[in-house]
Parts: sequence; structure tokens; C-alpha cells
Amino acid sequence: MSLLSFCEWLARSEWSIALHESLYAYPLVETTHVLSLLLFVGTVSFVDLRLLGWVFRDVNVSEVTARLLPWTVAGFAISVVTGSLLFYAIPVRTFQSLFFRIKVVMLLVAGVNSALFQRASRRSALAWDGDPTPPLRARVAGAVSLVSWATVIVMGRMIAYNWFDCDRQPQPAFVNWAAGCILP
Amino acid sequence: MTLLGLFERLEASGLGTAIRDSAWLFPVIEAAHLLGLALLGGAVLVLDLRLLGFGFQQKPVSYVARQLEPWLVGAIAVMVATGVPLFLSEAVKCFHSEAFRLKMVALALALTFTFGVRNPLAKGQPLPARWNRAVAACSLALWLTVAVAGRWIGFS
Repeated sequence: MSLLSFCEWLARSEWSIALHESLYAYPLVETTHVLSLLLFVGTVSFVDLRLLGWVFRDVNVSEVTARLLPWTVAGFAISVVTGSLLFYAIPVRTFQSLFFRIKVVMLLVAGVNSALFQRASRRSALAWDGDPTPPLRARVAGAVSLVSWATVIVMGRMIAYNWFDCDRQPQPAFVNWAAGCILP
Repeated sequence: MTLLGLFERLEASGLGTAIRDSAWLFPVIEAAHLLGLALLGGAVLVLDLRLLGFGFQQKPVSYVARQLEPWLVGAIAVMVATGVPLFLSEAVKCFHSEAFRLKMVALALALTFTFGVRNPLAKGQPLPARWNRAVAACSLALWLTVAVAGRWIGFS
């Protein structure tokens, strides 16, 4: 089964239709999704800003991370649960949304960046933990994280706009390819 | 002039009209508004978490408050600089929106509380933990109301 036919199958399910057509459930889930970014991107930004050496310069990086990342993870969990529900409510259009696809790629970039950085930090046991300005590779990790989360937010917001939807043709060939549109 | 008349004139303003007439200006400004929201969320939460006893406990509250204040002010500046144009583009809709009215009241309270009470207290002498928690609870409740009501303007 292709991903597209999986999405079509999801779209036919009773609960997907119910959520899509609901008067309050959908806006509530969407509001929770948007506001979870306060917790999630809000806290991770300050970890990133510490890595850049722009804030809390007298606090060890490990201390900032230990205090803030649990909140980031909690916020991220809410984002994932509510985001999955939003996808479930409108599966086919979201799957074929150019913005959604860029968002997923940027989520992967953020995830890989975070995993690489954490692995490197464990190995070096944060020799620079107390440095007001961390070394270049840590600053780069912080900057990549900030930019990728910001892009995730912007792309997430843009999913609401239908400029590049498959049912709005003609589109540039690149757009149709990237969005996975199947043209008649 | 009535308030509605004022809002009508604001909506007819050059900036309001330009945003309405453009397909992409509103979404772009709105996205920047959301980025400001994330930064504002962080700047508010990190101090409130510290006040609630979850933050950097080795550092005094006053240190955390001073560190965060420029980011808080910066985030609010982004929110206002993007929020005003968004408002201008649909001022009459906002006039009739209860979510917008609630947001403006909550915003006035949140700003007054943050810069009149919370930050001066946090930057001053250490307070009993009970007071810190009460201040953080008020701050979180007010800002959360602003954020939820703000999102709800889009649904009305």
C-alpha cells in the first residue's frame, strides 16, 4: 500500500471525518497544537541561545539543558499528539501539501542536529560546560536548531494556505513533483 | 468619532489595505507573529518556571529575571510590530470579535502585571516561595489567555 492510499484509507475512517467536521474539537486540537509551541520551541530556544552564548552566560550549559529540556520534551510530546490528530483529520490534503513536506524535512534536520550534538557532547563530557561562549561547533548546533524550529513553525502555519495544492493547477512542475501531486 | 468609526478608518489605512490586497503579506506577517510568540513563550516560561521552583535553583531569581528581560522586551516588540499590521488589515472584524476584545483586555493586564509587578518583584529582594508561586501563576494565566484568545480570533 502506498502512503497516499494509506492517507486515503485514513480519510475514509469515521473518526477522521468526525474530527474534520467537528465544530469545536478541531479548533481545540489546533489551538493546543499551536500553543504547545510556546512550551516546546519557547524552552528549546533558550537552550539554543545559551549554546550561542547570548543568554545565561554564567550558568553551565548542562544546567540549562537539564532544567529546560524536560519541558521541551513535554511540549514536543503535546505537539506530536495534537499534530498527528490534525493530520488524521485531513490526511490526503496534508500529505500532498508542499509546506507539510518541507516541515517534515525540517523536523528531521532538527532531530538529526540534536542527536548529533548530544552524542558529541556526551563524548567530550562538555569540557566547555562553563564557558560563557561555547566553541564554534556548539554555536553552530544552536543556530541550526533555532533556524530549523523557526522553519517548522512557519511551514506549519503555511499548511493552512492552498497556494500549492494539487487541485489548483497549473503549478510549476517542481511543485507538483515535491508535493506528490498525481495529474490526470 | 465612534470606536467602530475609528476601526473602519484604520482598516481603510494604507497599510491595512496593502495587506488585504496582497495574497502573501498576511501569512508572512502572521508567521513572524508566531515566531515572536515562541520567543515570548520561552521568555515568560523560563522565569515563571524558576519562580515555581523548576528553574535554575542555584541562581537567584533576580539573575534569571535580568537575563530574560531583554528577550522578553524584544519578543513583545516583535509581537506588537507584527500584530498591529495584522489588526489593521481586518480591524472591523476585530471590532466585532469577542476573542479580540478578550485578548486586548488580557494583554493590557498581562503587560501591566509583568512590568508593574512581576519583573520589579523578581529583580528585587528575594521573596518567600509562596509569593513567587503566586506571581508565576498569575503571569502564566494572563499570558495563556492572551495566546488562546489570539488564536481564537482566527476562528471567529
